[in-house]
Amino acid sequence: MALDDTKKTRDFKVIGTRPDRPDGIDKVTGRARFGADMVLPGMLTGRVLRSPHAHARIRSIDISKAEALPGVKAVVTRADFDAVPDDVADILDNCMAGEKALYDGHAVAAVAATSAAVARKALKLIEVDYEVLPHVTDVDAAMKPDAPVLHEGRQQETVPKGMSPNVIARSEFGHGDIEAGLAKADRVVERTFRTAATHQGYIEPHACVATMSSDGQGDLWVCTQGHYMVRNTCAAILGLEQGQLRVTASEIGGGFGGKTAVFLEPVALMLARKSGRPVKMVMSRSEVLRASGPTSSTSIDVKIGMTKAGKITAGMAELRYQGGAWPGSPVDMGAMSAFAPYDLENVKTIGWDVVSNRPKAAAYRAPGAPMAAFAVESAVDELAKGFGLDPLEVRLMNGADEGTKASYGPTYPAIGLKATLEAAKAHPHWSAPLGENQGRGVACGFWFNFGGDTCVSLNITPDGTVTVSEGNPDIGGSRASMTMMAAEELGIPYEQVRTIIADTGSLGQNEVTDGSRVTFAVGLATIEAARAAKREMCRRAAMVWGIDEEAVDWEDGAARPAGPNAGKFPPMTLKEIAAIASNTGGPIAGHHEVNAEGAGVSFATHMVDVELDRDTGSTKILRYTVLQDAGKAVHPSYVEGQFQGGAVQGIGWALNEEYVYGEDGILQNPGFLDYRIPVASDLPMIDTVILEIPNPGHPYGVRGVGETSIVPPLAAVANAVSAAAGVRMTDLPLSPPKVLAALQGRARTEA
Amino acid sequence: MVKVLLWGSLADAADGQREVQVEAGTLRELLDGLGGNFPGLRAELERGVSVSIDGRIYNDAWFTPIHEDSEVVLLKRLKGG
Repeated sequence: MALDDTKKTRDFKVIGTRPDRPDGIDKVTGRARFGADMVLPGMLTGRVLRSPHAHARIRSIDISKAEALPGVKAVVTRADFDAVPDDVADILDNCMAGEKALYDGHAVAAVAATSAAVARKALKLIEVDYEVLPHVTDVDAAMKPDAPVLHEGRQQETVPKGMSPNVIARSEFGHGDIEAGLAKADRVVERTFRTAATHQGYIEPHACVATMSSDGQGDLWVCTQGHYMVRNTCAAILGLEQGQLRVTASEIGGGFGGKTAVFLEPVALMLARKSGRPVKMVMSRSEVLRASGPTSSTSIDVKIGMTKAGKITAGMAELRYQGGAWPGSPVDMGAMSAFAPYDLENVKTIGWDVVSNRPKAAAYRAPGAPMAAFAVESAVDELAKGFGLDPLEVRLMNGADEGTKASYGPTYPAIGLKATLEAAKAHPHWSAPLGENQGRGVACGFWFNFGGDTCVSLNITPDGTVTVSEGNPDIGGSRASMTMMAAEELGIPYEQVRTIIADTGSLGQNEVTDGSRVTFAVGLATIEAARAAKREMCRRAAMVWGIDEEAVDWEDGAARPAGPNAGKFPPMTLKEIAAIASNTGGPIAGHHEVNAEGAGVSFATHMVDVELDRDTGSTKILRYTVLQDAGKAVHPSYVEGQFQGGAVQGIGWALNEEYVYGEDGILQNPGFLDYRIPVASDLPMIDTVILEIPNPGHPYGVRGVGETSIVPPLAAVANAVSAAAGVRMTDLPLSPPKVLAALQGRARTEA
Repeated sequence: MVKVLLWGSLADAADGQREVQVEAGTLRELLDGLGGNFPGLRAELERGVSVSIDGRIYNDAWFTPIHEDSEVVLLKRLKGG
């Protein structure tokens, strides 16, 4: 595949414009169909019974009274599921508890009934005999040798002997000699940082409708970031052939990584199989917070040395992430990304993956990276400020560039970090005056970005409109982006193309919508599918003109003779070729299937101004600017939206959001009143600067932009609050009580 | 022969070597060669790895070519959100 398109200058006609999104009208008028909107004849309501204990052995479950209740058509427990392959064993265990309930909210049984009222009543009739066990929800406590143990026999060979079985894995990255580097420093900062578990906070709860017929065929309509993942996972859990289960993705009201896993879906299919009726399941907000995946809470030690000129001589971080009740926290990616924005001779990170009695952590936008960046960028800020240096200049002095050996191993190709720093320095925000009780913070962030399995089918209709079928749920405007890339490549107007999200029966395997991959990977496949269709249309025109197909070019939406020797024929437009497709060989289409690997990494710099209320400790965001490399912004409004959305979620993580567990291991705030995400009235307009350093791995130079924007804000906000408070803040969220305590502590010190 | 950089804890599993040489022209040959030459790496390889080839990340494309002068770094399996 030729991937060197960015080497030549290209004047885009559609790429870079801002057309209306094709799903816009449906969404603003309420016509869009989300997960809970699907209704089928004879449909039952499914409900889940959840553990009221953080850790308990399930001695027995008696479902007889629930089954006997009129209107109840099926009751499901773990006993209904057969043994499953190892790679989905933990997933099933999370969807339906086996021997133990491992967190508050863990599913232990489910019912399907003719109404929600009957289903709720049936749940109350299920008798579960629990043996309550000691629990642990804090990451540092879970690592202690005498901590309550969740699993035996899961510890990897990477963990030193003698550690708690809750410590699942250890990883280490870096190069150079830390001690020698620290010895060259004029000052070393060593601190411990902590971040709370936060939820992705998508507005739409998990929802699905399942059918299973007696011949083993099933259909599932579901709100997800990856319906192919749902199909494959559910097929493995239920012992189905993948091709017999068709999954259709609904519109999605946010995912941010949290919908890259299954929770209800295997249970809904089992209830449908057992009842013989369609079953709809919809989580309440409380269930979403208690039993879908938040991110890890973390505890991170950082040690960084710097010369008084601002040169970082060594950086070290030890990161401890609890990932909930099963192995797999994103600590490796935190450890790999922690120092990724820097060009360091001496760098080392150690990551510890720890289990605790909390819901299994799911991916959340650049999983693992924001917490690591918070710790490292806070320490860099403290060192820079301590020497009276400009924190942007310090980052420019130490920043990674093309040829830098990254802290996680590879040597960077062309990257955009310094471009974002230079743009930040030149931005009026950086030099704007600050008032009393106000502070400014800056931080950088990095993310890898991914590609993966991708299929696109592009069909030319008889009237010359073009339909693009892709297999990734549209969580950030991707239908608009695919439509634009198809229109650009074909040389036709945006309005002449419509993109749909196909079900799992209509395309081959598609990786989940994650890793900032869709605009990169699906875009690449869309362009290649359009090129295939163009080749076919050139061939058809050549047939009509009676010349060799090599003598036909495609330009501005039409086939044209390639040169004077090809003959004199007027251009034949896409619509004209489509109209005679039946006469020239049949319908015209293009398709492309690829494992689109080789995505380019991404960097961002964020700046924020805050104002503290010294009486209450509350923090107001006054001004916020995101500067990020997009490679090439296909639809700048959606790129800006991704930048703004990441910043806002990061602000919530920094200031408000927090899973609060009681001494009993029960989540204290499973609702949006007590788990507070930022709303529009809390925020200024987030300013954005899009930089375009083309990604050589994509025909148009596109880089993923969906995740990097959540990496810097935790640190940027904390640095701003620390500046305003005059106290280094190390424990997120920076809720009013913590800020007030810091302010009062400083006042006492000064007195 | 291709030079492969191993991250810290993987180096421990390869007798402390941070750089190893493997006869490989593709990603598949690289992974097979690593598992064959360094049994200590097999557990990590089976759990899944990503590979950086000249600064770009690859997961599963077996026949991705690797040149003798390519920079190859074995990474923990990467996952996005």
